[in-house]
Amino acid sequence: MITLSHYLILSAILFGIGLVGVYRRKNLLLLLFSTEILLNAVNIGFAAISKFYGDLTGQMFAFFIVAVAASEVAVGLGLMIVWYKRRGTLDIDTMQSMHG
Amino acid sequence: MFEAMAFYFFSAVTIVMFWITVTSKNALYSMSALAAGMIMISGFFFLLDADFLGVVQIIVYTGAVMALYAFGMMFFDTTREVKENIRAPKLVFLLSGMTALLLVIAFVAPIVGDHIEALYPMVEGVENPQAVGIVLFTKYLVPFEVAAVMLLVAMIAGIILAGKKMDESLTLKIDDEFQEKGVQ
Repeated sequence: MITLSHYLILSAILFGIGLVGVYRRKNLLLLLFSTEILLNAVNIGFAAISKFYGDLTGQMFAFFIVAVAASEVAVGLGLMIVWYKRRGTLDIDTMQSMHG
Repeated sequence: MFEAMAFYFFSAVTIVMFWITVTSKNALYSMSALAAGMIMISGFFFLLDADFLGVVQIIVYTGAVMALYAFGMMFFDTTREVKENIRAPKLVFLLSGMTALLLVIAFVAPIVGDHIEALYPMVEGVENPQAVGIVLFTKYLVPFEVAAVMLLVAMIAGIILAGKKMDESLTLKIDDEFQEKGVQ
């Protein structure tokens, strides 16, 4: 029998994978992929709580997270294209203009 | 029984796919693995009786977001391997593990304390898409409209940013071409 804990543990594992990506990756595009993983992991948690407590609020929050993710991708990808045209690289370590 | 089998199958595939996404050196492999993981996540939503959310997951994530990434990656050189300078890899795993643990505690604390009550209980005898519509267009109407405006703003921002000539600053750089256009 699959209980709420199973889903929450899965959500935490996926969130951990996404966090490993956010901490580890130095490429801006792959960093954005990792944030998508984070958002999806949280969505699973919301949907599971929504089911096991008979409340639709969790699903509503998941919908709004999907909307936020879609707009984040549109703006983030546009900014990344501008950056790549100017610098020719997406490495975060080169992303500094002030040499302090 | 089938639910348990489906759950374990979906979780195994999702974890493997996302792990490939996070560790792969090739951006194209990474994107394909992410798309596969998104499809598998929609399977969880169908298991959880959130049919509408599952369909939205497939359409929005694998249909729109990943297609957008695929088009965006045409601007970048994706055949080359991604070179990364990674410092202190063990610290990364430690930090991520601890943050995920904090997340679990934050989620589980109200459940253990028994403080969760259903604010908007599911309507009896109604399918999931109908129930979602009832709640979305009554209790969450204002956030819904705000989300629509936000998507419009994001669309305009995407068009402006990825449009032509946007690698040059329109305000700072005085180009001959711009001056000619200004004269005409």
